[in-house]
Amino acid sequence: MKPAQFEYHVPDTLEGALALMSQHADEAKILAGGQSLVPAMNFRIVQPGVLIDLNRVPELGYIREEGTVLRIGSMTRERQLEFDSLIAKNTPLLHEATPFIAHPQIRNRGTIGGSIVNADPAAELPVLMIALGARLRAKKSSGDRWIDANDFFVGMFTTALEPDEILVEIELPFMPAHTGWSFIEVAPRAGDYALMGVAVLVRLDDGGKCENAKLVYLNAGDGPVDATEAAESLAGETLDDELIESAAAHASDKEITPFGNVHTSPEFQRHLAKVLTKKALKQAIQRAGESQ
Amino acid sequence: MMRTISITVTVNDKQYTREIEPRLLLSDFLRHELGLTGTHVGCEHGVCGACTVTFDGESARSCLMFAVQADGYEITTVEGLAKDKDNLHPIQESFWEAHGLQCGYCTPGILMTLVPFLKQNPDPTEDEIRHALSGNLCRCTGYQHIVDAVKLAAEKMR
Repeated sequence: MKPAQFEYHVPDTLEGALALMSQHADEAKILAGGQSLVPAMNFRIVQPGVLIDLNRVPELGYIREEGTVLRIGSMTRERQLEFDSLIAKNTPLLHEATPFIAHPQIRNRGTIGGSIVNADPAAELPVLMIALGARLRAKKSSGDRWIDANDFFVGMFTTALEPDEILVEIELPFMPAHTGWSFIEVAPRAGDYALMGVAVLVRLDDGGKCENAKLVYLNAGDGPVDATEAAESLAGETLDDELIESAAAHASDKEITPFGNVHTSPEFQRHLAKVLTKKALKQAIQRAGESQ
Repeated sequence: MMRTISITVTVNDKQYTREIEPRLLLSDFLRHELGLTGTHVGCEHGVCGACTVTFDGESARSCLMFAVQADGYEITTVEGLAKDKDNLHPIQESFWEAHGLQCGYCTPGILMTLVPFLKQNPDPTEDEIRHALSGNLCRCTGYQHIVDAVKLAAEKMR
């Protein structure tokens, strides 16, 4: 047996899952897609006393449109995100980035909520949640609350969730009109964790100037890194090559703090960040222009 | 003593009921409890793809699931592909004909990745084939003959 022993619970309703969480909060782990948790358990890096399996709670798997937002159940598989027409239409950034999440076999099982709560700094979904301005709904037996994605990721593999809370829903505002997007990452092999990656949004005004921009990086610090200063330097301006160059330099030199790993040095990650930012900004600007 | 749980799983159209510990991985369940050793175990942490099976018709890594999660579900392993040794699945035939394997360790996982892939994408480009195979490591072939085998299989199955 690879994993250590645990007590297994498989509720069939959210209410049942929440009751189990309030009872076992201190020693319980949620089993969502299991694509990060199970390897960690196989290595015995993680040894939860209690495992609460959400895979038989059908009410947590959905993607629906409501006014100007998408509502996505936390147990929705990444593979469903990839092929969903509502996501493609209303949040094309997420549509474009989903195929970069690991491999098809992993996306068949992995869930949006699982990846967000795992809060791996090298993962795509936390970065996309910040870029898209998501709100995350956490629930426990005694009530629920909404947490802005900006306040959700508090450190490496660490979130603002309380021990007895379950992430149940992700709310994504539709990307506004005249918004261009781009997602680029560099990985040693397709599907591996990326050495560096960036999600970019650019919204142009009627005159073709930048109204606002967003630059969020993965594997660039102890969580998703939102380069707000570089983004602000673009607001209100005409985005020429010189400005793009200086924003990319500022984000990659001053705002990200990559650690390096066995495949790469921090210097190379900064170099990649700069190159990818320029490429992504240009693509986003072009797309924003096309949608005018 | 650890509490065991009774599960009933359909593997390759045959139903099995077993008492298992919840921590038993699906890959180990298939191999040790059912004796279906065609599902290979390589890295045991979701990197190599050798243990890929189809779960409810979709490819999945059996080392990243617990057997209890399969209770009531349908699984196909590499043993479920050929009717008998004289009637291989067209994907198996193609791997034979195009030399898509050398040592064969990664092959079951690759075949089980390709079954749903070719169903969803019957006429794939080389780029799409390579992306589909990105979650399966092969240390012998250099992948070229595997890609050739997939192209051949797609032709045969159209």
